[in-house]
Amino acid sequence: MRHGKLSQASSPMALRRYGFILSFLAAPLVLYVVFVIAPYIQAFQIALTNWKGISPDFDYVGLENFGRMFDDDVFWQAVRHHGLLLLVMPLATIAIALFFSFLLNVGGGQANGRRTGVRGSAFYKIVFFFPQVLAVAIVGVLFQAILRPDKTGVINNALGAVGVDPVGWLINPDLALWTIMGVMVWQAVGFYVVLFSAGMSSIPSEVFEAAALDGAGRFTLFFKITLPLLWDTLQVGWVYLGIAAFDGFALVQVLSVDRGGPDNATTVLPLEIWRQAFTFSKYGYASAMGVALFFLTLTFAVLTLRVTRRERIEF
Amino acid sequence: MTNTPREITRRQMMHRIGLTALVAGPTAGLLSACATSGGSTPEPAASTGGGAAKSDSNPFGVKADAPLEVVIFKGAYGDEYATQSHEPLYVKEFPQAKITHQGIQTIAQTLTPRFASGDVPDVVNNSGTDNLDTGSLVAAGQLLDLTPLYEAPSIDDPSKKVKDTLVPGTIESGLVGDPAKPYILNYVYTAYGLWYDAKLFEKEGWTPPKTFDEFKTLADKIKAKGMTPYAYAGKNASYYQYWMILISAAKIGGNQVLIDIDNLADGAWTNDAVKQAAAAWAEIGKYMDKSYEGLIHTEVQTQQNQGKVALYPSGSWLEPEQAKDTPAGFEYAMAPTPSVSASDAMPYEAIRAVAGEPYVLPAKGKNINGGLEYMRVMLSKEAAKAFTEKTKSLTVVVGSTEGLTLSPGTASVVEVQTAAGANVVTWSSFEQWYKELETELRKQTNALMFGRITAEQFCTNMQKAADKTKADSSVTKQKRTA
Repeated sequence: MRHGKLSQASSPMALRRYGFILSFLAAPLVLYVVFVIAPYIQAFQIALTNWKGISPDFDYVGLENFGRMFDDDVFWQAVRHHGLLLLVMPLATIAIALFFSFLLNVGGGQANGRRTGVRGSAFYKIVFFFPQVLAVAIVGVLFQAILRPDKTGVINNALGAVGVDPVGWLINPDLALWTIMGVMVWQAVGFYVVLFSAGMSSIPSEVFEAAALDGAGRFTLFFKITLPLLWDTLQVGWVYLGIAAFDGFALVQVLSVDRGGPDNATTVLPLEIWRQAFTFSKYGYASAMGVALFFLTLTFAVLTLRVTRRERIEF
Repeated sequence: MTNTPREITRRQMMHRIGLTALVAGPTAGLLSACATSGGSTPEPAASTGGGAAKSDSNPFGVKADAPLEVVIFKGAYGDEYATQSHEPLYVKEFPQAKITHQGIQTIAQTLTPRFASGDVPDVVNNSGTDNLDTGSLVAAGQLLDLTPLYEAPSIDDPSKKVKDTLVPGTIESGLVGDPAKPYILNYVYTAYGLWYDAKLFEKEGWTPPKTFDEFKTLADKIKAKGMTPYAYAGKNASYYQYWMILISAAKIGGNQVLIDIDNLADGAWTNDAVKQAAAAWAEIGKYMDKSYEGLIHTEVQTQQNQGKVALYPSGSWLEPEQAKDTPAGFEYAMAPTPSVSASDAMPYEAIRAVAGEPYVLPAKGKNINGGLEYMRVMLSKEAAKAFTEKTKSLTVVVGSTEGLTLSPGTASVVEVQTAAGANVVTWSSFEQWYKELETELRKQTNALMFGRITAEQFCTNMQKAADKTKADSSVTKQKRTA
């Protein structure tokens, strides 16, 4: 906003124009401050108290909540799960999404001198986007039926048809987190296929043509042309997915045994925050966990943007 | 007893905070958006509800035109008993009173922000898997002491006090705090045990087991028929199973075992009775398919209705809860839990029968006298009878089933209760007092029953959790003597 100009704007016309712009900016800004910034700041305040959330009274207890957190096994379990999610989920999602979007856009060979996607790619693009349209709660309920541990589950039923015993997708502590990760990837891939497709279609086709003339095959095209020119989009996708890896609340809440089980095998920080606040009435402690989550997410985003910084290729 | 996840919606949040914020301008909005600043000034004068003159028919001095807000947990019992009987009965007494009724499932998520802001309803049916932490509410002075209710004259017989019209143990089951005061009215008389299809058992010539040895013999027979002998839902109802373990522990070692657990006594969980009970139930767990850990209670209950599961641990709400899915020819019946050894402190007939389904009155309600009167109405025979008719469940009001035809399950409960006589397994208060301990118990119960830990480890892990709660200065400690 150019506040300096405002004082000079003596004519009613200019005033009206700035007033118009300001009125548009003010509402979202106020909403953002009230509903996003203020609660964040307040979480830091509440983290230093023993507030129970059911009366306006509380005492400041200093860093006690954080001390408690560092001794809490469940907290560390949740952090480990986020670590694993962070390693696997974005990588798997991006790899699959890149593969699909390459096939959909440039993997199909030449047609009329232009590179196109595989046959039916317009249809696939829509199909891949379907999971994104579904609310995460609906995805959870769908997968409850798909992953049901007995023979009535969709997957176990299919496995049963070829003589495989039912698999405890969500009840085997060694498997449960991977299963939930699979659902997260399934849900996310569609969005990134579309995102990367958009990125790829903005790459000038002459670049591909020139490379193809020089005898580059699909692999060379992908790794030497597409990937480097898509770097900015990839970086954005990576940050989005990384932040999603710090969430996972809804799916874990709906799908896992006893909310985060079996034996805490699938618990995540947002779920523990929710449990501490709403089940144990420990809003102070829950806020301390929230502050930890805030810093984890922030650290991740800053690190990713730093580490993946590259020289931008202009075209 | 459902666990539908439902958070406060953004719309409700907007309604509660946003609208005032927009009207009052940005500065006031910032303040009211602060969770801790809302309602920090209690309104003691208004909260007594003005008050009319007290009389025999109006012992609390309810103001005739004061509105009343009632929040009912809409679970297995539904909320028709409130909207069609209890609330109309109240309105009959005070025709000018307007009742606001809310039937919901996530009590804690919906009401916690209201307690924090001071805008509370007058009557709360604090039940379901997402209920409010009563211990914390009492510690924060948010709940009303119900002593005046129990000392007031009964509606049916004004020469009697309300407390003398209730099944013994009702008031004691609602004691909270130190010194303990009655804050909770437990309205439903609930019996816990093993539920089965009486018709099926009759046809097959099976009888409910009286000892764990009989249990295993019967389980082998049932298994041979291709049925699962015993199952519970690990995904959301592992507490049904820990009730059974606790009941068995009390039968082995007496009620003191459960009282020690509630009092966080040293070694309460490593007690030999708990160990034996856990070991006995872990043996039964071996008959259960692993998949039951991933199913929810309604799925397992439906399997029982379909003749796939023989015995299911639950309370007397099971029959009404399943009413819609129970096929013709399926007759619910309840049996006590089997004895573990011949030297058990309590006989086989002993059952856990407690007053359950908690109702509380927020202390800062706008019409607290109306709340007390609403509870007095609930405890009249007419209201209790209507409740039993609507929900097929017994209430704590003595003699309220006179003239009613009971369903097979309810009749079976009455029979088992008569056989039990004074051999009653006590309730467990830690479930309400110490939610963190309770959450740990759910987890350890699944681990035990699905064979991931031994009974020994179960006891050690629970003792560790209990010791942690005991050492936690942020948790208000409570005691009970009986």
